[in-house]
Amino acid sequence: MAAKNADRRFTKDHEWVVLDGDIATVGITDHAQEQLGDLVHVDLPQLEREVAEGESCAVVESVKAASDIFAPLAGKVVEINETIVEDPSIVNSDAEGEGWFFRIEVDDPDAFEQLMDQDAYDEYLETL
Amino acid sequence: MAQNPVPDDQSVNPGGSPLRTTPLDAWHRRLGARMVPFAGYSMPVQYDLKDKLAARCRGGVLAEHLHTRAQAGLFDVSHMGQATLTGSDVAAVFERLVPGDITGLKPGRQRYTLLMNEAGGIIDDLMVARLEDNRLFLVVNAGRKDVDFTHMTANLPDTLSLHVLEDRALLALQGPAVAAVMQRLAPAAVALPFMGVAAVAIAGVDCLVSRSGYTGEDGFEISVPAGQAEALADRLIAEQEVVPIGLGARDSLRLEAGLCLYGNDIDEVTTPVEAGLTWVIGKRRKMAWDFPGALAVRDQLDNGAIRRRVGIRPDGRAPARAQTTIVAPDGTEAGMVTSGGFGPTLNAPIAMGYVRRDLAADGTKLELLVRGKALPATIVPLPFVPHRYIR
Repeated sequence: MAAKNADRRFTKDHEWVVLDGDIATVGITDHAQEQLGDLVHVDLPQLEREVAEGESCAVVESVKAASDIFAPLAGKVVEINETIVEDPSIVNSDAEGEGWFFRIEVDDPDAFEQLMDQDAYDEYLETL
Repeated sequence: MAQNPVPDDQSVNPGGSPLRTTPLDAWHRRLGARMVPFAGYSMPVQYDLKDKLAARCRGGVLAEHLHTRAQAGLFDVSHMGQATLTGSDVAAVFERLVPGDITGLKPGRQRYTLLMNEAGGIIDDLMVARLEDNRLFLVVNAGRKDVDFTHMTANLPDTLSLHVLEDRALLALQGPAVAAVMQRLAPAAVALPFMGVAAVAIAGVDCLVSRSGYTGEDGFEISVPAGQAEALADRLIAEQEVVPIGLGARDSLRLEAGLCLYGNDIDEVTTPVEAGLTWVIGKRRKMAWDFPGALAVRDQLDNGAIRRRVGIRPDGRAPARAQTTIVAPDGTEAGMVTSGGFGPTLNAPIAMGYVRRDLAADGTKLELLVRGKALPATIVPLPFVPHRYIR
């Protein structure tokens, strides 16, 4: 049996990434939404924007505070999830599914494997 | 006597000293609170409510906020400073520090007032209750306790004695259902008018109760001996309308109500005129001009203040936080946001801030510089959500 989320990678900033060919779908982890609390606003990057790895390219706002979302991989933004702009609570209810943020056409698909897998991310969460 | 000022950002724990706890610390943790540092205290910012309480309110800032507006919320505000000031002519003597009419305060009544400096700035905002002719009860901001009490000690004569009540907790019960709840536990409290104060036993616990709060709703603030705070809090949340509410919702509720947060919206360099708080100046005090900073205040009343506190509605969905720059239509700097976030009752972003006098009129269009983007916004009257105090 495949491990949980075998096709998913994670960053220390609590983004998750799934890669399909050279298209990476990016969101924030369930842990992240839990920490942020009720989200009331999401700012997504412009389509066609070139982002560097680790570059701030989206913002989530809870009632209390704003937090940056970073691009986990370098590339070009090719799709954004308008439904979470309309209803940010989708990120709270389904962060690792319907609550995805944007898709990037990545420059270097191999960089995906450099990110943490689920086990490594879970271990990382233990250290926080 | 020298004192280190408390930073405006009250989340900072000055000097990194261990956080203080309120008498309800264990109670919060048991109920699923997320604790954060605030004004040197470990305080609940929101709750992950469990069991019976979760069935009433799912917890989290949004749900806690909306529950308070719909029913009743219980807040632990024991971090705030409580004190009595006692002595001959205490009301008249205390007027040396504040612009309010304190001698006109009847026993059993309280008033919102300001400790002011000679420049017309605000040292703190506080509640003053007259318990008896010669005894006042004060409630001051947590982050200003040391500054306030030092200021009072230094500037009041030895004929008065200030007694800081370290051994009492302070609970706030807020929301439209509070009268119904109190009717069951302490009918005497329900007889209190808005800003009335009385010693009342609640479920057998001797408390000092006032009809007041920081949400814009009907409510009670309950001073209780520390040792009985937990039993009282448990008794209150045993009532079906009541759930515990964290500091997150306390902040969004007071912002919707247009109420100032000391350190954000008012401080030692804002005046009551700029802050729109001239209503705190007693009529008699405005004739005598005998309070600290009276000259500066009088000058601003006569000639206009250069800036005014206003309500701001961003036209879009993005909240503008404190410190956001406000820009005039002609591109010049107009002022700054001092409190900003999301108003759950309005389901929209809201903010307060100071703008140039010429831009302070309701309906004025401005821009807010959020993350490098100029977002359109409109000056609106305060409060954002109408007050529903009992009258």
